[in-house]
Amino acid sequence: MSGSPRPAAPDAPAAGSVASSRFGYAPAPESRSVVSIRPSYGLFVDGEFVEPASGAYFPTVDPATEETLAQVAEAGGDDVDRAVAAAGRAQRDVWGPMRGSERAKYLFRVARLLQERSREIAVLESLDNGKPIRESRDVDVPLAAAHFFYYAGWADKLPYAGFGPAPRPVGVAGQVVPWNFPLLMAAWKLAPALAAGNTCVLKPAETTPLSALLLAEILQQADLPPGVVNVLTGAGATGAALVAHPGVSKVAFTGSTEVGKSIQSALAGSGKRLTLELGGKAANIVFEDAPLSQAVEGIVNGIFFNQGHVCCAGSRLLVQESVAGPVVEALQRRIGTLRVGDPLDKNTDLGAINSRPQLDKIRELADSGERDGATRWSPACSLPGRGYWFPPTVFTGVSPAHRIAREEIFGPVLSVLTFRTPEEAVAKANNTTYGLSAGVWTEKGSRILWMAEHLRAGVVWANTFNRFDPASPFGGYRESGFGREGGRHGLEAYLDV
Amino acid sequence: MSEPTDASGPTPRRATAPVPPATAGATPVPEASRSGRVGVRKTYKLYLGGAFPRSESRRSYLVRAADGSPLANASLASRKDVRDAVAAARRAQPGWAGATAYNRGQVLYRVAEMLEDRAAQFVDAVAAAEGIGRDEASREVGDAIDRVVWNAGWADKLAQVAGSANPVAGPYFNFSLPEPVGVVGVVAPAASSLLGLVSVALPPLVSGSTVVVLASEGRPLPAVTLGEVLATSDVPGGVVNVLTGRTAEIAPVLAAHRDVDALDLAGADASSAADLERAAAGNVKRVVRAEPGADWHGDPGMRRLLAFVETKTVWHTVGT
Repeated sequence: MSGSPRPAAPDAPAAGSVASSRFGYAPAPESRSVVSIRPSYGLFVDGEFVEPASGAYFPTVDPATEETLAQVAEAGGDDVDRAVAAAGRAQRDVWGPMRGSERAKYLFRVARLLQERSREIAVLESLDNGKPIRESRDVDVPLAAAHFFYYAGWADKLPYAGFGPAPRPVGVAGQVVPWNFPLLMAAWKLAPALAAGNTCVLKPAETTPLSALLLAEILQQADLPPGVVNVLTGAGATGAALVAHPGVSKVAFTGSTEVGKSIQSALAGSGKRLTLELGGKAANIVFEDAPLSQAVEGIVNGIFFNQGHVCCAGSRLLVQESVAGPVVEALQRRIGTLRVGDPLDKNTDLGAINSRPQLDKIRELADSGERDGATRWSPACSLPGRGYWFPPTVFTGVSPAHRIAREEIFGPVLSVLTFRTPEEAVAKANNTTYGLSAGVWTEKGSRILWMAEHLRAGVVWANTFNRFDPASPFGGYRESGFGREGGRHGLEAYLDV
Repeated sequence: MSEPTDASGPTPRRATAPVPPATAGATPVPEASRSGRVGVRKTYKLYLGGAFPRSESRRSYLVRAADGSPLANASLASRKDVRDAVAAARRAQPGWAGATAYNRGQVLYRVAEMLEDRAAQFVDAVAAAEGIGRDEASREVGDAIDRVVWNAGWADKLAQVAGSANPVAGPYFNFSLPEPVGVVGVVAPAASSLLGLVSVALPPLVSGSTVVVLASEGRPLPAVTLGEVLATSDVPGGVVNVLTGRTAEIAPVLAAHRDVDALDLAGADASSAADLERAAAGNVKRVVRAEPGADWHGDPGMRRLLAFVETKTVWHTVGT
């Protein structure tokens, strides 16, 4: 099967040579014992963990086993009031007036504590989210620490950031983050906000609250003044109450375009500052002169990193017609070696889908691909009996009109389209309402720059994909949102300029 | 558009004009001079796609001076005119963005030259529209011309000030550049008929966006005349489109339009601003909020220049 450029039918997943090329590994599980999860967690308000006013709690589960990890408080309107008031006091009396050089030292402390406790955090993140420990250990946690380290250094250099000689903080920031990179997204939000002198009320995602609560413990350990960061766990209603609260001057949201639009609409006329980091449907464009084996690694990383739960995932592969056959063949051979399973196993490439609703959504969209006439392929792989799982999946014969080429699937599903000329590649890549990211694979430097110029996307990766760095601005064009996170540009959202 | 090498290069391309372009020199003319000659009155039309059509609706409205006396009829733009203007702006955008920054700067500077040349005409127009004396109107016009020069100079500097090379932790060359957002809808200030207008209409042009401007409803005539300046300043047709009419009727169409990427609500009144912002959320438009009572004389800063750019970050591998 692996020798054929023709993808297998969905009911006959590749077997034989593909499956047998996956030689065996003994399990290499990371120990769960490095992290202690409490039976229940309160809200983190004004420096302390407190009961929610309503007394309501909800479970958070391990998506790889469907076991409940802990009970988590559900914040209501009264809790939002309390947290925003605490943040307002802290901003006015403590954090805002504090010298930047002093704020910086708190943030450096946080960065160091994240590094010191990195193993514990990584295990907790993989348990609550389902992502492979290799990724939480090597990407999520180190990058979160790096973001605090980077923005710590800005705290006493704000007049040099290019936003005027005396930039001031905005006030209280209400920040709502998604479940795909729970700790990292919290760091992206908190670090620049705090460096600029704002205080924060953070709402982690309903299905992944634990790393934000561990971060709250770390903030206590760093002796961060009470109220500077508050963590309210809950679902959509909690987030909606937070962004609508009159004491919040700045809203930052990362999540779906649908919710982003509803927030922008709800904030109309409020005068609140807003940044949105929303969905994407990135094109990963492979030219015939590309280093194909590197490109295949980049395609795999682009779509299967974090199970495809990535807003900037390279979910549309645009491959030049002349090399489409060999690229798809090599891609299928490579995908055949991916390991799907226990997120805590250090050999795992794809972990669990984060939740049942997300799994249902991925299944529904993948099924639509078949109904629309595209050809579905997955390697032979056995999925665990419990938990939420979806095999790496490739669709070939995809038309730009198919839902799987237009809608964000947010799962390990790749749609393959072809093109003949650079102009056609650009036209197809830009044929979307999104504009978050894109990838270009070619050995020709001038073509890279020409493509980069014409792609309507906030981030363009050339001969690489899914790279992130605190010094590198990230954010979208069009319906992928507005504002940038990371780098000098990331300060603007949190400064009154 | 093809890339003119300097401001005196190819003349702007015009869409097929349903009516001939209006000509210059249209200061309100007395009914009859002392010699008994009957004056030629100017018809104020829309500026759309490089041409000067009437509203497709064939409607017009009477524009009065600040003292209440009638000045002229202006076109009363319709929803369809808004859509046509957006389409013209979209067509013109790739060419304008594709011109070199140096070229855009020269074209915008040419606008200042043309304005200066017709300064006396604009002083009369602003004085009549705003009900101010000629001295004050002179200052308004002078500041407006200087504002155009200021914007022109930014064209080939913005990327250096707003862009960066980013020191990422890995073998990559990583840089960020400001790019034009695309098509920008502008609700021009209601009171400041020329200075306010150029202060909001030009910043999107600097980086390569194109604009659809809704002129001040009560004081639209300087905006129409500015369109005549633009048409003779090497600004390609469709880069700036000027509509006159009822803000309450056409601003919501612009705010909700799916092919408009950003909105400057500078001149929206407090009662409608929230609705316009809400409509803008439909396709996640970037919005600069309403500024009732803004003073346009001070240093404009970079806020508007930065509001209508997207930061694009490019990663390139480094290796042998």
